[in-house]
Amino acid sequence: MEHTILEKRQLSDQVYMMRINAPLIAEARQPGQFIILQTDTDFGERIPLTIADADSAEGWIRIIFQAVGGTTMKLSRYEEGESVAAVLGPLGHPTHIEKFGRAVCVGGGIGVAPMFPIAQALKAAGNHLTVIIGARNKDLVILEEEMRAIADDLVICTDDGSYGRKSLVTEPLKELCESSEQPDIAVAIGPPIMMKFAAATTRPYGVKTMVSLNTIMVDGTGMCGGCRVTIDDETKFVCVDGPEFDGHQVDFDNMIKRLASYKNQEEVARKACRVDAAVAGLSREET
Amino acid sequence: MSHTSAIELRDEARRLLNEIEAAEELRTKERLAIPQQEMPAQEPVVRGGNMFEVTYGYFEEQAKVEAARCLQCRKAPCVKGCPVQIDIPRFIQHVADGDYAGSLDVIKETSLLPSICGRVCPQENQCQEYCTVGKSLKDRFKSVSIGRIERFVADWEAGLHGLPDDVVSEENPLPPSARTDASSRPTTAEAPSPAVSSTGNPSGSIPEVKAATGKRVAVIGSGPASITVAADVRREGHEVTIFEAFHKPGGVMIYGIPEFRLPKKIVEDELRTLEAMGVEIRTNFLVGQTRKLKQLLEDDGFDAAFIGTGAGLPRFMKIPGENLVGVFAANEFLTRSNLMKAYDRDKAETPIFVPRRVAVLGGGNVAMDAARTAIRIGAEEVYVIYRRSRVEMPARAEEVDHAEEEGVIFKLLKNPTRILGDEDDRVVGLEVLEYELGEPDESGRRRPVPVEGSESVIDVDTVIVSIGNDSNPLITRTTPELEATKWGNIVTDEFGKTSMDNVYAGGDIVLGAATVILAMGEGRKAAAAINRNLAGEPDPEVAEA
Repeated sequence: MEHTILEKRQLSDQVYMMRINAPLIAEARQPGQFIILQTDTDFGERIPLTIADADSAEGWIRIIFQAVGGTTMKLSRYEEGESVAAVLGPLGHPTHIEKFGRAVCVGGGIGVAPMFPIAQALKAAGNHLTVIIGARNKDLVILEEEMRAIADDLVICTDDGSYGRKSLVTEPLKELCESSEQPDIAVAIGPPIMMKFAAATTRPYGVKTMVSLNTIMVDGTGMCGGCRVTIDDETKFVCVDGPEFDGHQVDFDNMIKRLASYKNQEEVARKACRVDAAVAGLSREET
Repeated sequence: MSHTSAIELRDEARRLLNEIEAAEELRTKERLAIPQQEMPAQEPVVRGGNMFEVTYGYFEEQAKVEAARCLQCRKAPCVKGCPVQIDIPRFIQHVADGDYAGSLDVIKETSLLPSICGRVCPQENQCQEYCTVGKSLKDRFKSVSIGRIERFVADWEAGLHGLPDDVVSEENPLPPSARTDASSRPTTAEAPSPAVSSTGNPSGSIPEVKAATGKRVAVIGSGPASITVAADVRREGHEVTIFEAFHKPGGVMIYGIPEFRLPKKIVEDELRTLEAMGVEIRTNFLVGQTRKLKQLLEDDGFDAAFIGTGAGLPRFMKIPGENLVGVFAANEFLTRSNLMKAYDRDKAETPIFVPRRVAVLGGGNVAMDAARTAIRIGAEEVYVIYRRSRVEMPARAEEVDHAEEEGVIFKLLKNPTRILGDEDDRVVGLEVLEYELGEPDESGRRRPVPVEGSESVIDVDTVIVSIGNDSNPLITRTTPELEATKWGNIVTDEFGKTSMDNVYAGGDIVLGAATVILAMGEGRKAAAAINRNLAGEPDPEVAEA
């Protein structure tokens, strides 16, 4: 199956958006599900990426990724018209969507991408929708327009105050929980540390908070067990039991440490990739 | 355990063969006196540093000598120990006569994958357990080496047997399966040219496919059960599509069993044969998620389906510390090394945790594979922790011996109680409790009983859990019509038919974790039922047991 890249856009320094031809996945996917992608089936790594959007009529899926690891860096150098070697999906359980009443979606950094289809679905189900977007600075804010189009309220926070509020996402979230418009459901997707503190913020108010976990995976089908997390003292597999869990039950500290399992090896891969990129850039300039 | 070099084994076999051929007729007593032929293997120290196949396979002379040990007993008790009832005495007689093609024909009457089964079957618990020679010598490990002879004829056909004379003189020759240079592969007058195998048709002949019936069968998963079904159903002229979730087909034979025990080339050749027969293989397709089983049958035009998705959900021990950094399911550790080729650090993008001191929990073949992989990627100390004693280990004896030769340390009659971590949640030790053997349990093995207060800590930084697999939940979860046991195994009748019309299942998803040959046997049975179904024939009457 040809997974041709139909569109590629660079959203910020390291963040890229791609629309990829994948008719079966586009047809089957629901909000909250993910894919496993490979740029090379001989020696390439299998990496999980959340589906940011899809069009079943046109047969494409959208992914948004940050070029931080070996595979994402390679992928970021693919151009429109080129094909991705392997895409498997959709994987994981879809998000449970219903009319909760008031919903708040908290997206941090690249996590805004997987948040988008969930926010869309929550809105479509008749919820009042507040979206809180957090980013390190103005350049790293993504999908602002798309979110603005569907949200009843949109709050943007940056760490350095270069855009929107100068605060962490937990500040407006706390205010919302304390207000008369307390949310009935919260969904938080972003860096593990953000999800940890978002869950800690809502816990005292008893606001159910779903988080979407992106752990280390190999197959994505339950076979390897590399993605396991501790949920309410029980071991669960993110790929087949998740990726969404009740944020108040996740052992984030253990998850964050497990994410660093291959830190040393990954650093080596990143360096190698930067050298590749530099060499590739050089040869393009020469020609 | 002492290691005898390949060349010594070959020369000894030559000498014995001359004697055997000089004799008029061998009497039973003389046959029983022929020494069992040892499997030539890479030197333990050398092979611990490479991923190539450990064993070379028998030399032609060894195969003939070993075949001469067979008494050709009329009752052939070995056959009833074989899950697919290969006519063992007959294929061995052909080897003794030097008719290897004839031998292979006999095996292929009932078995599809001799080069694989000859390597990975637990023969000492199957055919060789019942062998009269082993019984006479009062040691089932002295039985006729049926599996090694089977492998010899399969390798003979693929041009992968023995070693050419100029290579045998090398100190540490690579095993035939590791040789990419076809000209360095051995040839004999009767053997097919190795050039044949390099074109992707190892068996030299593609099984005949009957005229197209227009019927279509979906085969889900691409392990041994599925490969068997695909071949048997395709032969009847039905269109077959294999759906595989991974980016490469072959199932456990690709992601689980390491190169050093089952070279991937052999599995790939079998898959190429399927493709040459016209079987379509679709990788990166997870039935249940990408398409539901019902969609395949109702919307996509498949007339029948076979589910061979295997036992793919690793079990953990449920002890404290199991989610620490440095604790892996054997599945993950092995998949990274085998499928993702993480052992090839220069090329592979998938990282593998580089262990210093490793504890592997469990005593099965997968535990041995994990321990021996850890040695090969550079671990300093590798322990296998097993709660019974060595004789009760479910692993094949040959694998246990090989592991020991390679330096794996067995810590028996010990069971882990918790895994200890540091402030970064990294593994720093494994606490184990001593056991002693008590009365036999329902499996007939002596039950291990814990010794109170005997806890001690083993200094390790990596723990690999290898205590088995549960069935993968994806297909049953997304197909509510499928009846499953409470353990998630699909329920079938004696022909492999499930509770859903036109849907069959076999292999580990039905049996629970078992072996390649059992999966193959199940596949054969289900394929026959699918073929009857598509031809509109009834299933045969089954005699009440």
